[in-house]
Parts: sequence; structure tokens; C-alpha cells
Amino acid sequence: MPRSRAPLFLARAVYRRRRLRDAARLLPLVGVVLMVLPALWSGPPGQEGATQSGAGSDAVFIFAVWFLLIGGAALLAPALADPERTADPDQAESGD
Amino acid sequence: MPFNLLVLFCLLYVIALFLVAWLVERRASRGVMGFLRSPLVYTLSLSIYCTAWTFYGAVGYAARSGIEFLTIYLGPTLVFVGWWWLLRKLVRIGRQQRVTSIADLLSSRYGKSNLLGVLVTVIAVVASTPYIALQLQSVTLSFAVFASETPSGWALPDRNATAIWVAGGLALFTILFGTRKLDAKEQHHGIVMAIAVEAVVKLVALLAVGAFVVWGLAEGPLAVIEKISAVDSPGWQVQPGRWAGLIFIAAAAVISLPRMFQVLVVENVEESHLARASWAFPLYLCLMSLFILPIAVIGMERYPQANPDMLVLTLPLSEGQGALAMLVFLGGFSSATSMVIVETIALATMLSNHLLMPLWLRFKPGALTGDLRRGVLLARRFSIIGVLALGLAYFRLSGGSAALAAIGLIAFAGMAQALPVLLGGIFWRGATKTGAVAGLVTGFAVWAYTLFLPSFGQGAVIPAHVFAGGAFGLPWLRPQGLFGTQGMDPLVHSIFWSLVLNTAAFCAGSIFSFPDPVERVQGAAFVNAFDGEVQAERLGWSQGQAEPEALLILAQRILGEEALSFFEAGARAQGKDGYLPDITPAFLADLERRLAGSVGAATAHAMISQLFGQATVTVEDLMAVATEAAQIMEYSTRLEQNQEELTRTARQLREANEKLTQLSVQKDAFLGQISHELRTPMTSIRAFSEILSEGDLPPQMVADYGHILHDEAVRLTRLLDDLLDLSVLENGTVQLNLGLSHLGRMLDRAEAAASQTRPERAFRIEREGVEEIFLHTDADRLVQVFINLISNARKYCDAEAAVLKIRLRQKGGRVIADFIDNGSGIAKEAQGLIFEKFARLTDQRRAGGAGLGLAICREIMANLGGSIGYLPGQKGAAFRVTLPLRLEAAKG
Repeated sequence: MPRSRAPLFLARAVYRRRRLRDAARLLPLVGVVLMVLPALWSGPPGQEGATQSGAGSDAVFIFAVWFLLIGGAALLAPALADPERTADPDQAESGD
Repeated sequence: MPFNLLVLFCLLYVIALFLVAWLVERRASRGVMGFLRSPLVYTLSLSIYCTAWTFYGAVGYAARSGIEFLTIYLGPTLVFVGWWWLLRKLVRIGRQQRVTSIADLLSSRYGKSNLLGVLVTVIAVVASTPYIALQLQSVTLSFAVFASETPSGWALPDRNATAIWVAGGLALFTILFGTRKLDAKEQHHGIVMAIAVEAVVKLVALLAVGAFVVWGLAEGPLAVIEKISAVDSPGWQVQPGRWAGLIFIAAAAVISLPRMFQVLVVENVEESHLARASWAFPLYLCLMSLFILPIAVIGMERYPQANPDMLVLTLPLSEGQGALAMLVFLGGFSSATSMVIVETIALATMLSNHLLMPLWLRFKPGALTGDLRRGVLLARRFSIIGVLALGLAYFRLSGGSAALAAIGLIAFAGMAQALPVLLGGIFWRGATKTGAVAGLVTGFAVWAYTLFLPSFGQGAVIPAHVFAGGAFGLPWLRPQGLFGTQGMDPLVHSIFWSLVLNTAAFCAGSIFSFPDPVERVQGAAFVNAFDGEVQAERLGWSQGQAEPEALLILAQRILGEEALSFFEAGARAQGKDGYLPDITPAFLADLERRLAGSVGAATAHAMISQLFGQATVTVEDLMAVATEAAQIMEYSTRLEQNQEELTRTARQLREANEKLTQLSVQKDAFLGQISHELRTPMTSIRAFSEILSEGDLPPQMVADYGHILHDEAVRLTRLLDDLLDLSVLENGTVQLNLGLSHLGRMLDRAEAAASQTRPERAFRIEREGVEEIFLHTDADRLVQVFINLISNARKYCDAEAAVLKIRLRQKGGRVIADFIDNGSGIAKEAQGLIFEKFARLTDQRRAGGAGLGLAICREIMANLGGSIGYLPGQKGAAFRVTLPLRLEAAKG
């Protein structure tokens, strides 16, 4: 095995996986912040311009966030799902 | 569309579902799972979150409140996207602890408390009954919509009758596939597959209607968005409080609703499926909600008079799209039935496990010994029927008038009461049973008071004056304004207060109470659910698999050589060569039974499940193992004790035997002595009497011989007297004449009596010490001892001027008398012998003693509670007599 080309930080794969987990943990928090935004946009009832609800743009925004979250989760999930790679950090390295 | 055709379609659809469920069950029972265990099926089964409430109600909700309906789907989205936080742990714990329901999870976490299980079950039943009623209502409503739209006007037979038929059919389906067999994991593959099929049907139906509305009725998406933005309705304003509160409550519900817990945790076959569901389920929810707003807006625009809750169905029907309407009807039917089936199974599991079976076992304790499976299945079936009957009753009582969305939210808020206890249970080791019970009771009560009971209307359950003035006339106890909170939306108000008070009671109860040991162990197991992973890896056991070789090694450690032949037999039974059979459940059961014979049932089970099962060993298992070990230890201790006792007895027997042998030797010696002693006088008596009988003897000789004869006869008599005396003393049968006697006078008597022994000798007796002592003893016997000692001194003292010194002392409660003469004493090696019978140090029979004197003395002293011994180092022969001042009569 060509050890000479191995990176200086040997547990690079493990490190990357840990950060992936962090990202997976952060994702719902991002979602919470973005999803609560529409509630903050609408002014108090009776205010000028409040009657024109603008539900259309709110809905578009929410669905955009929704698809963003789904996409993010879909990217993160396969990397986190495989229990074998969690168990054996060397396996990721032996690929190259 | 004729009513009969509709019913026919429904029946065909149901039969198709039956077939799907049946085929899957059959395949699963043969162990062929294939795509049935795919993440896709898992994700689709999660779609029972979308009930008829979503299918029909969401449009109505959107028509009334605009984008607020989205909150119901945003909450679950956030939970699933954040699966790494919570769901992963929940699913892991569910698998480790063999959890069968949310009630089971909580009761297991808090020290297997059945009280907690009962509480959660009650909450779940109360919260779910309206929800099930809601599904029945939506199915009957959809029938009604078809009926009203038909020009020919077939009359719907009866709404109540429809509901009964639907409920009956659902009960049948649920019982058929939910209680066919009793599975420890409570997994129902057939039903899960049927639900997955239904999930596809409802998604396709809703998307088809949406596409029809957006591209068929309106002019594309942009135009629809414009129309949505133009809606000017006061209800459409987003209220921040409700928005956040509903997202939260929906997020809570997706975890704690009984049916969601069932598919999410209990029916999960592989943990990795959760990763796929983390994005696929939100995607499903997103697609389900995608066309809700367009349908609502276009529908309201075209048919302002229609019931907004039924717009999904009304729209295609009114537009003349019969096939689409049929699809929608089936979609709605699917949503309702799948929800009811899973909810009923989940509730029935809880009811039978936490309520019915414990009650049954309490009233029929003997049932434990029999086969419980039939009882459990029966309890399940009754629970299913009971739950559906409750839903039906609620439907008929409420009249099915309330808006769909309101009922759903009440159920959500009710089940959310389990959330603090659930989260606390898996993240906080300090959470205790007391806290959990306090939190649940508080939350449930507040929820019932502020949301559930008021939902029946003012004056229905809670009187109107309570709404206005609060309970007991306390304004701060108004159901919709607790603690003076004003202007809050009633739903948000209830969610806020119930969960805040619930959490507060839970935390306070946990902090101020003390958990029992099972609770603490379970708490650690739940909170540290992922720690086991590391350990399992180190041991080299992949979860859920055991290599036959590992099993063989284990078995060999316990069974020895027998294990090999057992495995070989197992392999041969499976038609395999060699020693390693396939690990089948049957083989494992056999092996466990075999191991149980050696190490006990609990230990064997723990070993096998540790090696083979996905489940870890529970505290109960360990306790059973400990009990078995304790029994074995006790048994071996008892064996050890027995053995010690046996050894002791054997030693005693050996000693007794040695003594007996010695005694036998002594007896022989004694007999020899006796016969010798008797024979000597007898010989001379015979000889002299023969001489005398010949006659012709001078009178002097006759007189001499007669004298000799007399002497010998006296000697014989004395010898026999002594022997008799000794035997009486030795047997302890001697009668003592106890009385008070003066010590000095007794010595005087002894001196006088002994003076006849060798009267020719010059002999002086010196007495010193206290003589004025009164002894309570047998004076004659004691004098006998003194006589013996004095006459011995007279006989054997070899000094020219013999002097016997008698020294008297009193010490404590005893009197010590020393008899010391001035002779040469007794040789050291002979000192141990002098008290034996017939022990005579010299052959010279100076006083014709038989050698029994000192032996008799020793026996007398023993009888008088004292002792006599030789006192060495006194220059002459010295004896010490010790005796108590007062001899108690008991001895005699």
C-alpha cells in the first residue's frame, strides 16, 4: 500500500464524517429559522398592506425552503446511513 | 355514478389490499423479504401521518386559514431532517429494548412501571378516539358527496349505517392482519405493505387533482400563484403565535402519535432505512401539500357554496371528471382506512399489554402457567373492536359536524403531552417515574380542561359560567385564559400551558424523587443507547448475527465434548456435512434448551440473545441470571457444609473407635488384673483348706491355718468391696449424703482410722492452715479419700522418721488440701499411672492393697465436684485435693 502518498492528517475520513454529522445536526436548526420567517414578515393585523396577504409569495418561499431542506438531507443521509463505515474508519481510506 | 358501482369499486380495492397484505404475510413467514424490507416501503408506510384529515381537511384548512395548514407538515419535516438528533436514538432504543408501543417505551424507561403504561394508554385512547371518528366521518362524507352529485339522486341509505359498515370492515381487516400471530417485535409486514400501497394511491390521487386544477382549470402555476396572493380573507393572515405553535405541535405529534410511533419505531426493520426516510418522507409531505392551496383557491372561486373540506372530491365531480373523482375517492378512502388500521393496532397493543392482560392475570393468576398467546390475541381483538366502537360512538354523538382540522389538532395536542416525558427519558438520566407520572397527569389534565372539554362547546361539558368566570369562581382558572393570559389563541393557549406545566411537574417530580434500581439501570440504558455499539464492535459480534463457530465455542465452554456432537447432529438434521449447522431459530431454541440444562434458563437465554439477538440483555435477564447463580452458590455452600459435617463426624467416629479399642484393652487388662488378684488369695485358701481337711494336725497349726484362711477371706472381701465401690463411682450412680461437716474433724476421723495401717511405724502428722471450715459435701466419702491418702503415706513413705504434712487453704469458693510426706516421692514417669486401677509401684504387698485406692479417690473427688492430683516438686510424695466449699445437690 503506498503509504507515502497518505495525507498528513491520517484520520481525514473520520474527521470529514464528524463534520458531516455536525451538518446533519445543524440542518433542522436552519430549517426552523427559515420556516419561522414568514410569520415574522406579516405585520400585525389591521396594518396598512396587511390585507393583501401575499400568501402566494410566502408559499413559494416555504416550498423553496422545503425543497432545500430535502435536498440537504438527501445529500447528507447516504454518508451517515452506512453503519459499516461508522464502525471501520479505515475502510474509507482503503478505497484509493 | 351509480352507488352500487361505487361500492363495487371500494370492495375491489379492499380485496386488492387484502391480497397484497396476505401475499406479503406469506412471503414474510417464509423468510423471503426482499423489497419488502426496503427503505421505500418504510418511507411510504410513514405516510399514515397523512390521514383523511390531510386528504380532505387540508384543503378546507387552506380555504379557511391560508398557508397555515403547511405548519402541520413543516413540523414533521424538521423532525425528519434532524433525524440525527432524535429519531435515530428513538429507533435504536426501540430495537434494543424490544419496544412495542409508546406506552411500552415509557413504562420500560421508567423502571417497567405499568402505572405509566396505563396512563399513556389512557391518554392515547382519549386523544385518538375523536381522530378515528374523524376518519369515519370523512369516509361517510365522501359517500354523501357522491350521492348529492348524482342527478338520478340515489339516496344514501343512512350515514350512520355507512359508518357502521366501514368500521366493521376495518375491524375485520385489522383483526385479520394485525392479530394473526403474536410477534415479539409487533411487526406486521402485511399491513405495512398495504399501507405503502395506499400511500401511493393517495399521493397519486392528490397530485392528479392538483395537476388537473393547475393546468386544466387555471392557466398554469404562475396564474395560480397570483390568484393565491390576491386572496383577501382575514383568516389568511399568518399569526406568528399559531404558526410557531402549530409547527411545534406537529413536530411533537409525528413522534408521539401512537400510529406514527408504530410505523416509525416498532415496524422499523433496519436502522439505515431511517436515513433514507429523513429526506424521502419530507419529500412525500411536500408533494402532498404542493397542490392544496391551488385546489382550495380555484375550488372556492368556482364553488363558493361547497363544503371546503370536500373540495378535493367536489371539484372533479362537478367538472365531470368521473374517473378522477373515483381516484380521489379511493385516495381518501385509503387515507382514512390506513390511519384507522394502524392506530387501532397501536392502541390495541397498548390496551392489551398494559390494561387487559395485567387485569386478566390479576383476576386469574393461574393463567400464567398456561399458554398466554391465545389470551393475548383475544385481548388484542377485543381491544381493536373496542377502539373502533369508541370512535363510532364519538362519531354518532358528535354528529360529525365539527370542522376536520380542529379535531386533528386537539388529538395532536393531547398526544404531545407524552413528549416531555419521552425526551426527558432518552436524554436525561435523572428523569424518574414520579416525575413522569406527575408530568403526564398534569399535562393531560390541563389539556383536557383547556382544549378537549371546551371543544364540545360552551355549556356541553364545562358550564358557560366557568368559561366566563373560571372554575370555583376563580378568574385565573378560566379554561381559555389560565392565570390571566388574555388574547391568546385558544389552541396556542392550551398547548403553551399544558406543556409548560407538564414539563415543570416532570422536572420537579424527577428532582425531588429517588428512582429505584431498575429505573436507574433503564435510564442509563436509554440515555446511553449508543454506547453499546462500541462494546459490540470490540467483542467482534456484529449486531443481529452470530457465527455458528462463535456459538460452538460458547457451547463447548459449557457442554464440553457434548457440544460438538450436538452441533454435528444439528447439522445432520439440516442435511449438512460437518459440525456447523445453519443458525435457524429452531436450532437456537434447541441449543438454548440444552444450555439451560447446564447453566439455568435465564443464563442460557441471556447468552444466546447476547450472541444472536438484536436485543441486548435486559435488567430482568441479568437479575434472573443472578438469582440462578445465587441458587447454585447456595447449593454448593450447602454441599460444602455437609461435607465438613461428614468429615467431622468421621473424625469423631474414629476417635470414638480408638477410645473403644483402648477401653477394650483396658478392660482386658482389668480382667486379667482382677483374676490375678482374686486368684492369689483363692489359691492360698484352697491350699490351706485342703491341708486342714486331711486332718491329723496339731491344734496350733490348725489355729494358724485358720487364721491365714480368715485373713485371706478378709482380703478377698475388701477387694470385692473396693471393686464394687469403684464400679458404683465410675457409673455415676453413687448416692451422696450431702451435709455440713467440719474439715478439721473430718481429718481427725481420717487420722484415727488410718492409724491401724502399719501401727508399728513411727509416723507424725503435721497440720497447718485453716481447719475451721464447714464444707457442704458428703463427709463419709471425703473422709474415705483422706484415709486413703494418709494410709498410703503410712505405707509407702520410706523416710526414717516419716512426717506427713497436711496443708489446708481456702481459695475462692474452693478448699485446697495438700498431703505432703517427706519420703522419696514418686518417680516422674510413674506419676501419670498412680491413679489407674491396680497401679502399684512396688510389688511388696505391704498392706495388702489391691491398688484400687487412688483410683477410687479420683472417682470420689470427681463425684464431689473436685479433683485430686499429684503435686510434683515437693521433695516427697504430694497430693493435692481440691473441692468446692459447697457442693450443689443437683450433682448427686
